[in-house]
Amino acid sequence: MKSPPFEYARTASIEEACGLLSQHGDAAKLIAGGQSLVPMLAFRLLRPSWLIDINEIAALKLVAFETDTVRIGACTRQCVVARDDALAARVPLLQQALVFVGHTQTRNRGTIGGSLAHADPSAELPLVAQILQARLELRAKSGTRTLSAAEFFAGPMMTNLQPDECLEAIHWPVWRERKTGSAFTEISRRHGDFAMVAAAAQIAVDDDGRCTRVTFGVGGAAPTPVAFPELAQSLIGHGLDKTKSRAVAQAAAAALEPDSDTHASAAYRRHLAGVLLSRVLLEAYDTARSVP
Amino acid sequence: MSETLYSIAVEVNGTKRVGQVSARTSLVDWLREHLNLTGTHIGCEHGICGACSIMLDGEPVRSCLMYAVQADGHSITTVEGLARPDGQLSILQDSFCETHGLQCGYCTPGMLIAAQALLDANPRPTEEQIRDAIGGNLCRCTGYQQIVDAIALAAERMAGGAA
Repeated sequence: MKSPPFEYARTASIEEACGLLSQHGDAAKLIAGGQSLVPMLAFRLLRPSWLIDINEIAALKLVAFETDTVRIGACTRQCVVARDDALAARVPLLQQALVFVGHTQTRNRGTIGGSLAHADPSAELPLVAQILQARLELRAKSGTRTLSAAEFFAGPMMTNLQPDECLEAIHWPVWRERKTGSAFTEISRRHGDFAMVAAAAQIAVDDDGRCTRVTFGVGGAAPTPVAFPELAQSLIGHGLDKTKSRAVAQAAAAALEPDSDTHASAAYRRHLAGVLLSRVLLEAYDTARSVP
Repeated sequence: MSETLYSIAVEVNGTKRVGQVSARTSLVDWLREHLNLTGTHIGCEHGICGACSIMLDGEPVRSCLMYAVQADGHSITTVEGLARPDGQLSILQDSFCETHGLQCGYCTPGMLIAAQALLDANPRPTEEQIRDAIGGNLCRCTGYQQIVDAIALAAERMAGGAA
């Protein structure tokens, strides 16, 4: 399947890209890695008149360690983040999730921002953004604004990006607690496929093994990735064992209303959510506790 | 109807190649139809099978998920660029023959590119790393075992200094 005709503009700066977006509006789409966009064009799911290429904009590929966040330019390749051990020391969930994102060939082109802007409900990076409460910097010709992940994701393959806006960078919170652990897992038909259900957790504990900060969530079981802040809050001040993690995971899974499709029934997705959440909670907790 | 044509200059297997392409021309179509480099195969044409893998600036990517116009100014290696300068098979290619790492041959160009990229980055891969490296490439003939054997054999031979 060949893509339908379109006009192409390679841009050298984000200002130039935003200028073209403002000029063409709905008729234009940004292309970053193209790993989802190109198949969508081939399938005629999209018919943009213009593709505005942001791959050559160096400013969109910067990774900067700031005080309490890591700022990653939206066009940073997934492979670059997956290889960055200094980044993994600050936001370990990114590297843990990227293991499950596509394959070497797609991670070499696919970008961090592209995965978020595509907003597949089963995708791994949106789940990490959701549970860490990442903040997304958006830029239009008229100005900039910042949305939390919860505000950014609007539904399956839908975001609150306006047609004239470009995702510029993502701020990933860094947890400063010494004893912090995280875990990511998923079940998919084949390795590299989108998850049927994915689960992620990050937990900080004190020296006595009591949780001081907890976040966790699932992907693939709702129109957007879901975090469970109230249940996470209920763990503060407590330790975590198999029984407790299973109970919390079951409570989270019971609150989900997943869809059935050819890959998995709603009941199976809910079951997976419970099992996988229980695993990541325990793994994140044990990792946090084992930090000397 | 007439589509806008864009001028591109791409280094392909060490040689600068120029062309005029419509924006929607995929990179693999340009390589095959315009440069007659038909070693790179088109399988699914939407990024699933890996048959069209090439190296872009030394890293393996799917050439069906890029437009030729995007490759302007970049450097590409296709399967035609893997053989030795005298046209003899490379160690990796020879290993595929020796272990029967191909049957119909459709996936082979993509497998070779994925494997070569792995060996360039990691000359002594474990079996798990080999399987991960070809995880994005489908083969419907071999069951993969002989392909894994081929890559392991190539790594062993390269480490042994066999030129």
